[in-house]
This record gives sequence, C-alpha cells and structure tokens, in this order.
Amino acid sequence: MTEELLSQFYREMLRIRLAEEKLIELWHANEIRSLMHLSTGQEAVAVGVCQALAEEDLIVSTHRCHAHYLAKGGSLKKMYAELAGKVGGCSRGKGGSMHLFEPSAGVFLSLPIVAGSIPIAVGTAFSAQLKGIRRVTVAFFGDGAVEEGVFWESLNFSQVHHLPVIFVCENNLYATHSHIIKRQPNDQIASRLSGYGVYAETVDGNDVESVYEMTLKMIGRSLSGQGPSFLEAKTYRLKEHWGPGEDWHLGYRWEAEGDMWRKKCPLLRLSDRLGGALINQKNFALMTEQINAEIAEAVDFAKSSPEPEEKELYQW
Amino acid sequence: MVDRQLTYVQAIADGLVQAMEDPRVLLMGEGVDNITGIYGTILPSFKRFGPQRVIDTPLSENGLTGIAIGAAMDGLRPVLFHQRNDFMLLTMDQLVNNAAKFRYISAGVHKVPLTVVSFIARKPGEGAQHSQSLQSLFAHIPGLKVVMPATPYDAKGLLLSAIADDDPVIVLYHRALFEQKDHVPEELYEIPLGQARVAWVGSDITIVAVSAVLQNALEVAEQLENEVSVEVIDLCSIRPLDSRVILESVAKTRRLIVADTGWRSFGVSAEVIALVCENLYLDRKPQRIALPEVPAPATPYLLKNYHPSTEQIIEEVRAMMA
Repeated sequence: MTEELLSQFYREMLRIRLAEEKLIELWHANEIRSLMHLSTGQEAVAVGVCQALAEEDLIVSTHRCHAHYLAKGGSLKKMYAELAGKVGGCSRGKGGSMHLFEPSAGVFLSLPIVAGSIPIAVGTAFSAQLKGIRRVTVAFFGDGAVEEGVFWESLNFSQVHHLPVIFVCENNLYATHSHIIKRQPNDQIASRLSGYGVYAETVDGNDVESVYEMTLKMIGRSLSGQGPSFLEAKTYRLKEHWGPGEDWHLGYRWEAEGDMWRKKCPLLRLSDRLGGALINQKNFALMTEQINAEIAEAVDFAKSSPEPEEKELYQW
Repeated sequence: MVDRQLTYVQAIADGLVQAMEDPRVLLMGEGVDNITGIYGTILPSFKRFGPQRVIDTPLSENGLTGIAIGAAMDGLRPVLFHQRNDFMLLTMDQLVNNAAKFRYISAGVHKVPLTVVSFIARKPGEGAQHSQSLQSLFAHIPGLKVVMPATPYDAKGLLLSAIADDDPVIVLYHRALFEQKDHVPEELYEIPLGQARVAWVGSDITIVAVSAVLQNALEVAEQLENEVSVEVIDLCSIRPLDSRVILESVAKTRRLIVADTGWRSFGVSAEVIALVCENLYLDRKPQRIALPEVPAPATPYLLKNYHPSTEQIIEEVRAMMA
C-alpha cells in the first residue's frame, strides 16, 4: 500500500473525526435541530470501505451515517445545514441527521429502522444486474441488524441471484445499550453465514488497511459474478448512542472497556503504524488546517442558510 | 368499435403484457411463473418476456418490498404481487417507513415508482387470515396511493396508471369480481388515479361503493328503479379520494350510504362520511354498510350476514327514504 494512499486514509478519518467534534460544539451552542448519532471510534470502517469503492458504486446507511456519508464523498456543507434544519441541507431539513444522502456521490440513502435499508441496497444491486451496469452496492449496518428477519431475507435473495452487494456489519458490540451476548448466541457474526454460501470474513474494523483490502477483494468477487459478500468489522462506539457526550454513567458498559478501545483508535493506529514517518508534524498540521478550513466554511454555510418557509411543509 | 369482452382476470393479464413493453417494468412475486400463479394473471407476461423480467421470488414479503423499492428508486418500475392482501401486513415496514416517505424526505430527489398488486377474497372457508380487506390501513398513510378497480375496464386502466405513476401505488383487486366481463379496449389506456366514477345516475340517494360491493349497489339501483332514484358512485381510488364527485352527488341527493368491503370503524366508509359531513348538510343521517367488528369466520353458517349484501343495502335505502 502506497504512502500516498495511507495518507489519504488518514486524512479522510481525520476529516470525519474533526467534523463530528465540531458537531459537538454546535450541539452545545444549540445550533443542531436534529438527533445526532456520532460515529467517533468507527471511522476506519467507513473510510476503508469507501476508499475501495468507485464513484459510481452505491452505499446505503443507517441512523449512524455521518462517517459513511462523508467517506463516500457527501458534502459537509449539506450535512451541517441538514442537521441545522436549513434549506441548504441535503433534504432541505426534511430528513434530518438519520437520512443523509447524496446521489451524485453514490450515497443512495440512510435510514434509522434497523436493517430497513438492507433490502434497498439489494434492490439497487438487482437493478444494476438487470440493466447490465458494472457496479457494487454496500449496505452498512450494525450488529443488531442481523437479529432482524429482513437481513436474512435480503441475504438469501442476493445469494440466489448472485447480486453485486457487500453487506458491511459494523459489530460495535452494543445495540443501543444491550450487549451482543445478551442478544445473539455468540459475538462472531460472520461465522453464522456459511450455510448460505455467502463469502464472509471478519476484520479488525479499527484497522483501516484491513478493511480496505478485504473490501477490494469482495468487490472483485462481486464484479466477477461471484455474488454477495459479508464483511464483519469489529469496532467500538466511543460516544453515547445518540447525542454529543459519553455514557459510561449508564452502567451498561464500563470506561475500562472504552479505554481499551481508545488505545485502538483507528487514527492512532494508523499514525503509530507509520511511525510518524509519513504523518509528520508538518503534514499533520497542514492536513488539519485544510480540514478545519472546510469545516469553518461548512459551518458558515449552515448558519447562513435560510430556514425553510412554512409552505415547504406541503411540498414534495 | 370492436367489442372486446374480457373477464376481470383477463383484463389484468392484458394490462400487464402491455405494461411490460416498457423495458423498465418487471413483475415479481411468489409463483408468478406458474400456471396457477397469481390466478393466471402473470402467465401471458411470463411466456412473452421470460424469467429475467418475471421473477419468481422467495417468500420474503418485507425483504422483496425493500428490494423492489431499491430497484424502483434506481430507475426500474417493479410490480410486486401478493396473492392475498393479508400477506401485505408483512410488508408494512418497507411500505410505510420507506416507500411512502422517500420522495418527501428527500425533498423530491427520490422517486419510488413501485406498484404493489394484491387480492381480496371473501369466499366461505377462507377464514380470518384469508378474507381481510385492508385498504383503509394503507390509505391512512400519506405517500401511498390505493386503488380498487371494480370492473374489467378499470382493472386494466388503473393498473396501467399505477405502473406509470412515479409514486408507490397499491392496486387491490377483488376475487369476487374475477368472472365479471366488460369491454376492454386493446390499446394502452390509463384511468387517472384519484378519480371516482358515477356508475348509475340518480337523484334521490347516493350510494358510494367500494370494490366488489359496486355489484350490489348496481343491483340495488336496478331493482329499486321504479321506487327510488339511486345514484351509485364507484370510488375506484381510495387515496387520493375524489371529493369532487362525491360532494357533487350528495349535494344533489342529500342522502348518503357508503358500502365498503372493509370493517366499519376507522375505515373508508367513516372517511367518506366525514368528508361529506364537513362540507354539506344532509336530509337524513348518513349510514355505513361494512363488515361487523369481528374477524371473518371460516364457516358459511356464520358468514350469512358478514359481507354487505344487496338485501342489506335495499333495506337501508328504504329506511332512509321513508
């Protein structure tokens, strides 16, 4: 893997991290008019997968969609304006934070009904196959989604029809506040797919290189007609389920566990691995400066974007 | 004009074959490629267009609805079949949370040109989970359109309009109408969604009829011809509801009966009566004729007074005219 590519991965993860840190600030300044599910800690899955995709490939996402949306090329301006409820938002404020989308970048849609977006991803893969378009679709979802029937319905159909779809399961151990071991027979999700004949692999979801390489392999399989794949990426949500803060006080998990995962932070991991050779102080400062400039511009855009007029209630 | 008499089932099949001329249209459902599949409505399309566009699907109603939504948003025009509308309850997440919402919450960027076709039954022996008529559940949801063709002519025309529409449309056919015959033009024609039709012109009393109950209402109008001048409205579309045709008729007759295939409470009959009462004063209290507030039993002995009948409507008309 080239240093240039690794630097690009780092930049993309940093952009998501800093963009969400700004959201926390905006939340406390009472500028956010939407729910907000932060991706902090899970950036490597979004970046590793989306860096492997081509522009015309599609993704669908969930309520926790900020990282996916940004990693696939969604506009930060439109995202901030959407969360501020303004007309500059990707759906003029009608969708809110859980419905981020940007068709021109291949962010097909996001939605918060757990597993509800998975069959829609399969539908776009089905139409690509029928139309003879060379393209893959990625469905992002969490570990809770595999408890839903519609996940298995979607998996079954995509395997029967050999569809070019990659199921990316971000296994962050918790469905809201419930640990996976209370909900599933074990915490090894990919191991349960073999009966379907779907190619399934587990990767360290905080290691952006592993995620990227495995996604490339799965795309290759899909585009050569070998059908769907399932990628389980083990990761961890560092913030509360929704909102700007942390939630160790709730007692469903312990900060010691969080500390362990903080050490496995995808950004730290990559910069450690590079030993500072690539992401030296100068590069890092420049990168941060560029991203902060984009963020500042996006904040200005969101703040100056008008509120929707009342008549928009009945439009569309 | 050539008289081209087709049954209700033949009219559906005729419309589907014509719709398939558009390469974006595909038909999906359980058993659609089988001779008995979906009552034989699909077989002519399957024979002509083959398994790539007429797709026999797994028994995954909710998943298939989402798959069809994704394909529809990506430029195709899928028509999804459910042999019975009772099975559509399994699809409610995708229909209500997704299909109905995407145009609105994308500020018009997304379109979901999905057609869902399903069937209502009322034969004795079918029982509680094979005899429901669930139009009001679907019609409650902004973003969904619901049509209920009651003639072979509409069976084809409303289907073609549904497939051509850029929004999700549910087409509910009624199995009691399968043998009805009518002139069905050969050419491709569309009947606007949201348009009711005056099926029998009269001046004393309006009967608004839904789906298979249209036949009963027309029998009433004919049998009482020398006694009462009955006007019968075939609602055709449940949502959008054609308020103009309904209000014009009731403004003239000032008497209203609504006869529905669904349950009485919170249903289509309640909605039509509310619409009229919000807009007009009537000479008599409006009445609804609909299913009693219990599931459909299987045994014919308990079904005698379950579904709306011609006699029941006659009784109601006479009481209202007294």
